[in-house]
Amino acid sequence: MTELAAQAAPGTLAEDRPIAVALDGLTRNYGERAALEDVSLALPAGATLVAFGPNGAGKTTLLRVLATLLRPHAGAVTVFETPLPQEAWRVRGRIGLLGHEPLLYRELTPRENLRYHARLHGVGEARVEEQLDAVSMTSRADEPVKTLSRGMVQRVAVARATLHDPELLLLDEPYANLDPAAIDLVEPLIGVGGDRSRPRTRVLTSHDPGRGLAEADVVLGLRGGRVSLLADAASVDPEEIAGLYR
Amino acid sequence: MSPPAHVRVGQPVHAPAGTAKVVLALLRKELLVELRTLESVPGMALFAVTTFVVFHFALNQNTVSGQEAAGILWVTLLFAAMLGVNRLFVADADQGGFDAFLLAPVDRSALLIAKALSLLTYLFVLELVAVPAFALLLLGPPLSQALPSLLAPLALGDLGVAAIGTLIAAMTVRTRARDLLGPMLTLPLLVPVVIGCARATAPLLQAGRAGSGTLPLRWLGTLALYDLVFGLIAYAVFDFLLED
Repeated sequence: MTELAAQAAPGTLAEDRPIAVALDGLTRNYGERAALEDVSLALPAGATLVAFGPNGAGKTTLLRVLATLLRPHAGAVTVFETPLPQEAWRVRGRIGLLGHEPLLYRELTPRENLRYHARLHGVGEARVEEQLDAVSMTSRADEPVKTLSRGMVQRVAVARATLHDPELLLLDEPYANLDPAAIDLVEPLIGVGGDRSRPRTRVLTSHDPGRGLAEADVVLGLRGGRVSLLADAASVDPEEIAGLYR
Repeated sequence: MSPPAHVRVGQPVHAPAGTAKVVLALLRKELLVELRTLESVPGMALFAVTTFVVFHFALNQNTVSGQEAAGILWVTLLFAAMLGVNRLFVADADQGGFDAFLLAPVDRSALLIAKALSLLTYLFVLELVAVPAFALLLLGPPLSQALPSLLAPLALGDLGVAAIGTLIAAMTVRTRARDLLGPMLTLPLLVPVVIGCARATAPLLQAGRAGSGTLPLRWLGTLALYDLVFGLIAYAVFDFLLED
C-alpha cells in the first residue's frame, strides 16, 4: 500500500497522515460495459481529490462506490482503513454524498427533509436549523421542495449532505445550478473544514479545470473508466485536463 | 443482514439512531408524503367502492351472503391493496429516497418494517371505507353482529398483504415493467391469503346466522403461519434487494 500511495500522489503525502481512501484495481461494470476499470489510487486524510473526465468516464460511478451505494466487481476499496463493501456499515455515518440528485422528497419542505435525514443519522434538530441558516434557507424552509428553484434545491442538498458533519465528502459537480452568491454560501460547508484534529477528506468531480485545480491536492483524470491521469495537482498543467475531453 | 448500526469505528460525531427510532422516522415520512400527495389511499378506497357497485349490478341480486360474500369482499380488498403495493416504493425510487436511506448508518431492515407498517395503515383506512360500503351495497346479513369476529381475518389478511406486498414491491420497483411485474408476482403469492381469509370469513357472513358463526380456527392458524413464513423471508432477503 505504501508503494501504491507513493505512485498515486507523489509529493502530496504527509507520512503522518493515514490513508482515507485506497483503491486497488477497482472495477465496476454495467452489463457488458466497464464503467470503471482497474482504478488504483491512495488519498491521504484531509486531502482533496478532483476527478476530471468527459461524460461517461466513470466519475459518478467512482463516487457511488466510495459512498457504498455500488459494489465493486473486482479490486479492493478501503475507506478509513475499512474494506468495502464487506464492512461498509462501519463507515456510512462518516461519509456524505452530494450527487446529481438532491435526495429530497419534493412534497416535503426543506425543514421536514432535513429533520428526516437528521433522524436517520442520529443528529439533533438544532443542527437542522443551523444548516438551514448556513445556506440561507430558513425563510423558505416550510415550503415544499417542489416549489423551490434549482439553486435553492441545491443549497438544501448541500445542507443535507453535510448535516452529520462527515469526514469524507463526495461531491458530484457541487457548484452546478448555483449562482456566485450561493457558491459563497455553500463553500464553508463543503470545504476542507476548520477542525485540523479531524480533517475532512474530499473527492469531487468537476468539468471546470480552473476551479478544480485550485481546490485539488490530487488530480484524477478518467477516460472510458480507466485512469489516464493521476498526479499531484501542483504538477498538472490545465492543458492536460483539457486533453481529457478531446 | 446488516451488522448493528451502533458499532462504529472512529470518533462518532453524534449518537447513532436505534432501529425503533429509525422505523418511526421512516413511518412518519411515509405518512406525511401520503397525506401531501394522496396517491395511494383515496385510489384504493375508490376502487373498492366502485368494484362493489359493479358487483351489485353485475350479479343481478340484491344481496350476497356466506362464501359468495366472503369471496367478493376479499377479492376486492386484494385488488385494491395492489394499488397501494404498486406505489409503495415509487417515491423513493424516483426522488432518491433509496440512496438517502442507504447512506445512513442504520439497520436496513428498518425500511422493510416501516414500509410494511405504512402499507398496513393504508389497508386499515381502506377497510374503514370498504367494509361498510360492502355491507351497504351487497351484504345481506347485518355486519354489526359479524364485525367483532371479522377483525381477526382482516388483521391476518392485512399482515399477509403487508409482508408479501412490501417484499415484492421492493423487488420490482427498480425494474422497467414494475407496474406489470408487481401484480404478476404478488397475486399468486397472495392467493393462499385470500383463500384463508375467505374461508375464515364465510361462516360469519352466512344468512340467518350472521355473527353466530364460529371462526374456523384452522384457517386462522394457517393464515398466521403463512404470514409468519413470508414475514421471515422478507426480513431475510430485504438487505440484498436494496444493494446494487
